[in-house]
Amino acid sequence: MNEFSSAVAAALSMIATLNADLIEIVLLSLQVSLSAVVIASIIALPLGALIALQSFPGRRAVVILLNALMGLPPVVVGLLVYLLLSRAGPLGSMGLLFTPTAMVIAQSIIVLPIIAALSRQTIADLHEEYDEHLRSLGCTRMQSIATLLWDGRFRLLTAIMAGFGRAIAEVGAVIIVGGNIQHATRVMTTTIALETSKGNLALALGLGLILVTLALGVNAAALVISDAARRRYG
Amino acid sequence: MRNEPRVSRAFGRLPVALALAAMLITGAVHGQPHSITVASTTSTQNSGLFDWLLPQFTEATGIEVQVVAVGTGQAIRIATNGDADVLLVHHEASERKFVADGLGLARHPVMHNDFVLVGPASDAAGIRGMSDVAAALRRIGESGSIFVSRGDDSGTHKKELELWATSGFDPRPASGDWYRESGSGMGATLNTAAAMGGYTLSDRGSWVSFGNKGDLEILVEGDERLHNPYSAIVVNPERHPHVHVREAQAFVDWLTSTRGQAAIAAFRVDGQQLFFPGAEPGAGVAGKD
Amino acid sequence: MEKPDDHPLLPLVARGVKFGINGRQIIKDVSFWIGSSGRTVILGPNGAGKSVMLRLCHGLLQPSSGEIRWGDLSIAAAREQQAMASQHPVLLRRTVRDNLLHVLRVKGVPRSERQALVDAALEQAGLAGLGARAARTLSGGQQQRLAIARAFVLKPKVLLLDEPTTNLDPAAARGVEELIGAIGAAGTKILMTTHDIAQARRLAADVMFLNDGRLLEHAPAAEFFTSPKDPVAAGFLAGELPA
Repeated sequence: MNEFSSAVAAALSMIATLNADLIEIVLLSLQVSLSAVVIASIIALPLGALIALQSFPGRRAVVILLNALMGLPPVVVGLLVYLLLSRAGPLGSMGLLFTPTAMVIAQSIIVLPIIAALSRQTIADLHEEYDEHLRSLGCTRMQSIATLLWDGRFRLLTAIMAGFGRAIAEVGAVIIVGGNIQHATRVMTTTIALETSKGNLALALGLGLILVTLALGVNAAALVISDAARRRYG
Repeated sequence: MRNEPRVSRAFGRLPVALALAAMLITGAVHGQPHSITVASTTSTQNSGLFDWLLPQFTEATGIEVQVVAVGTGQAIRIATNGDADVLLVHHEASERKFVADGLGLARHPVMHNDFVLVGPASDAAGIRGMSDVAAALRRIGESGSIFVSRGDDSGTHKKELELWATSGFDPRPASGDWYRESGSGMGATLNTAAAMGGYTLSDRGSWVSFGNKGDLEILVEGDERLHNPYSAIVVNPERHPHVHVREAQAFVDWLTSTRGQAAIAAFRVDGQQLFFPGAEPGAGVAGKD
Repeated sequence: MEKPDDHPLLPLVARGVKFGINGRQIIKDVSFWIGSSGRTVILGPNGAGKSVMLRLCHGLLQPSSGEIRWGDLSIAAAREQQAMASQHPVLLRRTVRDNLLHVLRVKGVPRSERQALVDAALEQAGLAGLGARAARTLSGGQQQRLAIARAFVLKPKVLLLDEPTTNLDPAAARGVEELIGAIGAAGTKILMTTHDIAQARRLAADVMFLNDGRLLEHAPAAEFFTSPKDPVAAGFLAGELPA
């Protein structure tokens, strides 16, 4: 319990003094995870909608695979991206290993199935409800996708936030592809791992408290938004 | 009841949000000009030496240094793949092989310190103060006291295995029993040893800076077999043309220069000097100022 | 057979239409000819197949055999000049105004013309002040009027209405009927279903009586209500069949 109170004290003092290192680490965490979520969403939202609306042979298998990929272990993704981006690997000439870009790539891969699977579910549900109306209007496939994506905007936002929560909390991928380099690729989770390994448990715990607050804050915001939206727009 | 549609107004801000997102992405993506990547070890990292040393180098030369700290084995693999410009590790045999295989230009001894054998104050194996580290390990093995090994192919791990070999006692059959292979860096291994009340081999640098010693103490030190030299090697640009050779060589030259060596010697943790200058005129490199 | 009124989608002709689902026959060989542009009401008890018949005419369902044609056009082409409002209106999770704008956007109406059309539709449906409200927070009657206004915003040649007032209280139902009356008076062909005899009396120009998937009688309203030829229809009007 003593450890815990010194952790809270450490966290509060870091925040109060606007510790420069802390700010740098938090900002990088947000940059990497937000970028990953944006990139993943741009692909995953229409992809999920398309899978929901377009029947094709093997669709059932694709849906099952997509849902299963939500459980992709981040450390495995990290390893695969590492092998791809290493100079000895196929994409080595891009020189991306140990950069924030590599971290964004790895997290995008982790987050994409989550957003796509949730998007597919949302669009499929809305499609059942709206199909007759949209067919009556003579909507093209693209128009249908756009209509359903917008009408599902709150549920999709919740899906996106779920993706963000996953990204900002993971350590396995970013530590492998990023290298935990100080002032370059060190984020909240990897710093917690490092400080723990140096035995600076109070500091690690303090950072952990900040991370938990951030993650919980995002989840809470998602719930509040979806709840308010449901009450207002139905 | 007419509520102001706050939520739908938020969605009117979508274009702004996307622009912000674009800025965040480009912010996260930009690389570093004039920088080198050094593959080094967790022991050097955890001691805090780099935090002390690198800013001085950057100020002198304008070159940024990015350190990827992993076990020696993995550091060598990273350098072999060409994902780093400089290799800075502490296992002579592996270093010589790296250069002999044409992967590195030359081996430059930079600094040295020593390993220490730490363990719980209660010292069930009774090794406190022994001057023969191999004999101490033998006693640990024979008494079946918990020993935590790095188990990660690092310089420390290789040294540990060499010492066991010298002691004539093979701990490997007891793996999982009293011989615990953590497969982690020095800090995590020390954490494990402290929590389990076990013995472990650590470099002095990591030990002194470690913040969670619990009831661990140094029990055996000073044996000349515990000598721990570090060397720096520039990755061979003939193997990997993209290596920043000029900057990498500047780094190695600075480390072996009078200024660099003095900086290394000046590094203190808790008043203790952790690294000792050990530069010799290396093959083909004169000591620079 | 009279000459059909001058209307691009008339006559509506059905020949031997059958429709079944999961082995159950819902429409069992229906043929009719509708040439008049007055309000046609498909009347019948619950389960007669009225909704299905309407959807077959609109092209949302395909008959398992038989054929339906609007004028010279195929069903698909005809649907572009029609609009439908269902019994339970499917409103988008947006404002009232955005529900109307959505239709205009889908149909490719130029941006500059949209505002005026939306305002006119809201005015006609008696929803003038409610443009910014979330559509699903409207009352039942308002939602149905919105659905009909949405169907009518581009003045389609044909308006199909499926049980438009079945779920509404009398006051709301009256509002909807007034709207339907106004739309029909402007020359749009209305094809609607109901099981409410009194409503059919108020609104129909001609009546198609459907029971158990069969068209039992098709006559001008006056004839049908005073002297129905089919005994089942007569029984229904006398209240002997469940409505």
